[in-house]
Amino acid sequence: MNYIPQTKEEQKELLCSVGIEDVRELFDCIPKKARLKALPDLKPAMTEPELIEYFGKLASKNRPAGLCPSFLGAGVYDHYVPAVIDHVLSRQEFYTAYTPYQPEISQGTLTAIFEYQTMICRLTGLDVSNAGLYDSAMAAAETMLMAAGATKRNKIYVAKSVNPELSKVLETYAQFKEIKIEYLPYGKDGKVKIRDFSDGACVIVQSPNFFGVIEDIEKVSAKAHEGKALSAVCADPLSLALLKTPGEAGADIAFGETQSLGLKMSFGGPYCGYMAVREALMRKMPGRIVGQTVDTEGRRAFVLTLQAREQHIRREKATSNICSNQALCALANTVYLSLLGPEGLCDAASQSAQKAAYLCDKLCKTGKFEKVFTGHFFREFAVRCKGASPAKLNSAARKAGFVGGYELKKSFPELSDCLLLAVTEKRTRAEIDEFAERMARV
Amino acid sequence: MSKVIDGLYYSKEHEWVKVEGNEALIGITDYAQDALGDLVYADCGTVGAAVSAGDAVAVLESVKAASDVYSPVSGTVTRINEELSDAPEKINADAFGNFLFAVELSDKSELDTLMDASAYEDFCKEEH
Amino acid sequence: MKLIFEEGAKGRRAYKIPPCDVPQKALSAILGKNNLRADAPALPECSEVDVVRHFTNLSQLNFALDTGFYPLGSCTMKYNPKINEDLSRLAGFCEMHPLQSEEDSQGAMQLYYELERSLSAIFGMSRFTLLPAAGAHGELCGMMIIAAYHRSRKDYARKTIIVPDSSHGTNPASASIAGFTVKTIKSGPDGLLDLNALKEALGPDTAGMMLTNPSTLGLFEKDIMKAADMVHKAGGLLYYDGANSNAILCKTTPSLMGFDVVHTNLHKTFSTPHGGGGPGSGPVGVVEKLVPFLPSPLIAYKNGKYVFEKENKLSIGKMRSFFGNFGVLVKAYAYILANGAEGLDEVSTAAVANANYLCRRLSKAFTLPYGDNRCMHEFVLSGQEIKDKYGVSTLDMAKRLIEMGYHPPTIYFPLIVHEAIMIEPCETESVATLKEFVDAMLTVAKEAKECPEKLHAAPQNKPVTRLDETLAARTPVVKAQ
Repeated sequence: MNYIPQTKEEQKELLCSVGIEDVRELFDCIPKKARLKALPDLKPAMTEPELIEYFGKLASKNRPAGLCPSFLGAGVYDHYVPAVIDHVLSRQEFYTAYTPYQPEISQGTLTAIFEYQTMICRLTGLDVSNAGLYDSAMAAAETMLMAAGATKRNKIYVAKSVNPELSKVLETYAQFKEIKIEYLPYGKDGKVKIRDFSDGACVIVQSPNFFGVIEDIEKVSAKAHEGKALSAVCADPLSLALLKTPGEAGADIAFGETQSLGLKMSFGGPYCGYMAVREALMRKMPGRIVGQTVDTEGRRAFVLTLQAREQHIRREKATSNICSNQALCALANTVYLSLLGPEGLCDAASQSAQKAAYLCDKLCKTGKFEKVFTGHFFREFAVRCKGASPAKLNSAARKAGFVGGYELKKSFPELSDCLLLAVTEKRTRAEIDEFAERMARV
Repeated sequence: MSKVIDGLYYSKEHEWVKVEGNEALIGITDYAQDALGDLVYADCGTVGAAVSAGDAVAVLESVKAASDVYSPVSGTVTRINEELSDAPEKINADAFGNFLFAVELSDKSELDTLMDASAYEDFCKEEH
Repeated sequence: MKLIFEEGAKGRRAYKIPPCDVPQKALSAILGKNNLRADAPALPECSEVDVVRHFTNLSQLNFALDTGFYPLGSCTMKYNPKINEDLSRLAGFCEMHPLQSEEDSQGAMQLYYELERSLSAIFGMSRFTLLPAAGAHGELCGMMIIAAYHRSRKDYARKTIIVPDSSHGTNPASASIAGFTVKTIKSGPDGLLDLNALKEALGPDTAGMMLTNPSTLGLFEKDIMKAADMVHKAGGLLYYDGANSNAILCKTTPSLMGFDVVHTNLHKTFSTPHGGGGPGSGPVGVVEKLVPFLPSPLIAYKNGKYVFEKENKLSIGKMRSFFGNFGVLVKAYAYILANGAEGLDEVSTAAVANANYLCRRLSKAFTLPYGDNRCMHEFVLSGQEIKDKYGVSTLDMAKRLIEMGYHPPTIYFPLIVHEAIMIEPCETESVATLKEFVDAMLTVAKEAKECPEKLHAAPQNKPVTRLDETLAARTPVVKAQ
């Protein structure tokens, strides 16, 4: 099955009409030695019902969140996604559109991105948001490159308590740009230990950090600025419904994963990495930006702007090579935030925090678990398992029909007996109670 | 045809240099402003920066283009034209009347490597 | 059109979650008093109907593939099959957490594995990484692999990447982000790679060359094998920018042409939607000797199970969190399975046939500076003559096409053609659409001569007329008040 509308006869006729006898002559320019002698070895073509059956079988070999209440987070969270979102994303005018380079016929996408940028600024308390990046790890890498360019320094400080997915990507990018990464340890409260930053381009911390602990961004930012380094925070946007904004806390750059704002988990993507900065960094920020202007009739309209920063103009002098913005994911975020509004968003965030605190208390009361860190946490927390090992606990959880937590030893050998658990507003008290009981019985 | 003014030095990167005593004012030529189009942003560099001939000092942006502006001479940046940060369009209106930055010359002999007005005029014709 | 912030009314709310059913504490006790924000963020307060109407109305301001033709050179705007959308939304895929155990994820891992094998077969490469989130991200990944390869051989002097002047803007940008210096070489008089210029550019500092074939002019680089040989003899590697691979599917492969690294844009060649600017996906394939440098993770099939491979110590590391844009991968794999090898072979045939039809019909009214009246999947016309004669720019013509119901072709690219008009029809357009588009283009050419003012003022029948882009960039307003 393919999607070519014309028949072979029509094609022949079309070519004949412009003097081409045989379609094969169009490929004569390929050197003989380079021509494929046999078709590549692929599965035989499938019709639509066959595709449904094949993919259905593959999907059924997975164990998705809908079937088993999940307590796994570590950067990706099982929040409720309202039905409206997928209906908006399924509008063909949105998902089959190209990048909005022709503003006269792209006001839908452009307006939605402008709304997205506005919402990100209001969540983060910063001046300017771009239209989105691939994901939060990429946003971290872009932050690093932007900070190195802006400060002309080549060292960055990164809290050890950031998501390991993020620090690994930073390491990949840094090695080719001769940027040095120095990790900052965490203390007993789970918070980053700060130091003198006067040789740093920027300090990157995550809050709530990988252990769920809320960092003291004011302190980090003040120390960064003392050393003329930039302060960058990876902040979960849902947590910003309740927590002090990075802008208010003195950060220069905020970025993070927007998955928790209406995007399905989708086995790791697509998501969208947001990024917002203070005005002074606007022209150094990577990615697309939509701006407001007027048309020749004086009507308000939106357009991609500040494009002189971008790769298609600067080529090898560009500070970033990015040329897409996960637009459809950013649209999902915009619809999500519009649906929930300030009250709904605070409710989703607050219920997540309340339920996480409830599970944590419940587990600790059994005497088989204890909190690893003393700091305040949001939605996610680390417990030390005094009885069975984290791996045993997770396999018991699986048998009981749950998805357990993240085994911290995967990335933090010093926390080999610790489990990271996340609770979203979707979990009911009954689910949490049963999960806690099962865990205590292992 | 773009305007060219006598008495200035010109570089192949389309900068002009006006020497006043030991200081050189540097801007972009009329030809360059025309090629860039409506300017939307000008970053004229940093006072006190030490530059060698050929170093990028300033950045100009139009809607569809971005360009570094190089210093054709070596020395120290003594002044920048701060008016341009709010009104980059002044360069479009009068490229020769609006310098971007000034350099205290450390080696006057470098000026000999630059073009005069008529040589620059010929150079532009070739470029086109 | 109102912004969403101008809709709704205080206190409106579109959706409610069940009330909190666990005993609650004060938020200041849970989160810490000093950590709280003073006021809730100023978000819209709307009903569900408000939200649905707003975004549906917004969508109707867009032009899209499902509403019309995009002859958009270099972007391969082919039809996005609907079944692919449904399959990617199966709960078994879209509700999977990426860190669930291998045991829980066998279906997703199998799909990942099979897509990797399919792409390897189509491009003749040993293995692929599916991590890169877009074409440019794939380029960067490929550049890092090339850098890591030279470094592993202690060949530290190889710091230069060669790109032709007709290349995509992302090529030099990606090379530069990977730490390379970029050397641009001029195309020959026929618009193709100039072997003399290449010879001059090659040296002990050469790390590699980036090339797209067919080139951005839509021409097949006839000397590709010689060029590959030269680059290899100089100690460099050859990178294939797969943006134009719709022209070569099942006709040749990058590996047969001599390429070592390749990226493919699943949102171009393999029909996944552009989404108004993403999400895309840009997998990268390599020849055998470069496999150890691929980013992690990779998936293997061992003892009847799909498993994550241990990271090779030569690997460049991680390019992206988790496994890339998995939802996009599902769609691309569905497309490959629907077509099969024969279907993909017909795709490139039809794409090239359609382009040649348009090329021959249009090269009379416009100038075809390169290509001798034939092309591969796309071709580049020049509007310079029309501009010189009638003062109508390529931009004016593009805007007039908008008025006539088309998305305009790519314009002002590649940079080596003045007033460039780059047209790529794809295989999924009908004969009638192609003929109507020719008529539209011929009308535009005629109008340029007869009523240029009409073109200067276009478009008049769209939601907005031309925008003041200078104002937007000079005094940026990038968020609502």
